[in-house]
Amino acid sequence: MNARFFLLGSLSAALVAFALTSPRVIAADKVDPVADAKAFQNFFFQKFPTVKHEDFVNGPYSMNEDMKRQWQEKEEFPPYEFALDAGKEMFATPFRNGKTYADCFPNGGIGIRQNYPYFDTGEGKVVTLELALNRCREANGEAPYSYVKDEMASLTAYMAFTSRGKPMDIKIPDDPRALAAYENGKRYFYTRRGQMNFSCASCHVQSPGERIRAEILAPALGILNAMPIYRSEWSGMGTTSRRFVTCNSQTRAVPLEPQADEYRDVEYFLSYVANGLPISGPGARP
Amino acid sequence: MKLSLPLAMLLALSLAPAARAANEADYKAAYAAAEAASREAAGMRNQWTVTVSALAAAKKAADGGDFDRAVAAAKEAEALAKASIFQATSEKEAWKAMEIR
Ligand code: HEC
Repeated sequence: MNARFFLLGSLSAALVAFALTSPRVIAADKVDPVADAKAFQNFFFQKFPTVKHEDFVNGPYSMNEDMKRQWQEKEEFPPYEFALDAGKEMFATPFRNGKTYADCFPNGGIGIRQNYPYFDTGEGKVVTLELALNRCREANGEAPYSYVKDEMASLTAYMAFTSRGKPMDIKIPDDPRALAAYENGKRYFYTRRGQMNFSCASCHVQSPGERIRAEILAPALGILNAMPIYRSEWSGMGTTSRRFVTCNSQTRAVPLEPQADEYRDVEYFLSYVANGLPISGPGARP
Repeated sequence: MKLSLPLAMLLALSLAPAARAANEADYKAAYAAAEAASREAAGMRNQWTVTVSALAAAKKAADGGDFDRAVAAAKEAEALAKASIFQATSEKEAWKAMEIR
């Protein structure tokens, strides 16, 4: 390829992207998560008036009737079943010190997915379920799992499964650091990045239900309730970490390291604004 | 305002005449400038994948002795890195325009 042409081509792509950026600037005001969540949910309820509220947690399937029918048929022999069984067994198998995951979590880890991520006032940071699982391993002398591979997906799949139907229930404690983490997650969600100049919202707020290559975009409302997910394209399970990394790469942004503060915070924000919507994970996608 | 920096970069690059073949010193200067800009972008946690690829392409071309190509790729990497810095800077406020409220 002619170097100068290549240069001009990619620069013009960047230029076009900038030209599309809205110049509207809104004055900063105080952080109000309760009002945010209400506005966020209303936006989707009004944009998709025929979608039942609890259906938003089914990602692309809430947006497309044909897909939904195929999916419901598939649910009889769900492709995540293998991961679920593996997760259940892993969860019950003691560490070398004789303890188990159950010892690390409230209620023995059963039926608690809807409370993650939470803000840890001791650490002053958001703790996701994936992070809590690895901390549990390390506290018991085991090596942490990769955040983007099967073991982590199996464990979170099992924990989500035991929480199915429970409404997302994320708390923001009365701590300025918790509010700051929430706000940081919100900023990350709406910030444009990558050469394509897309924010998470460009795809999951402005275009849910639309096709991007072969995929139908999931709505941002309840977008984490089905995690982790099986994807045919991955021929396997994907954790929340894996999904964030993939979504960043799609905009030609270099992804952050899994469980970076920004990812923890955006998970906190997206989960908080989905409060009240049921856990549906693990999910399966075409 | 939003267009000015990338536009200026585009113009500067497209109008620059390729007067003579580039040599290793040209490449080293271009690469150093690109690397500095890309490091700044990474520091803002806003590196673009295409910047990283262009840097790698520059290095590869230089290793093969093709300094024309190496300089072009390094300049592209620098321009992309600068655009990503510009993006991160403007998004410090601009993200609010996207917010659902
Ligand atoms: C270029 C468009 C694009 C951008 C920008 C984008 N995503 Fe995605 N995202 C996708 C596609 C495509 C899928 C797979 C289809 C689907 O489920 O929506 C997906 C899926 C997801 C899923 C899984 C949803 C499900 O039910 O399968 C989550 C969670 C997610 N994205 C979060 C994010 C976050 C957080 C950001 C910002 C860091 C982001 N995405 C930015 C395109 C995008």
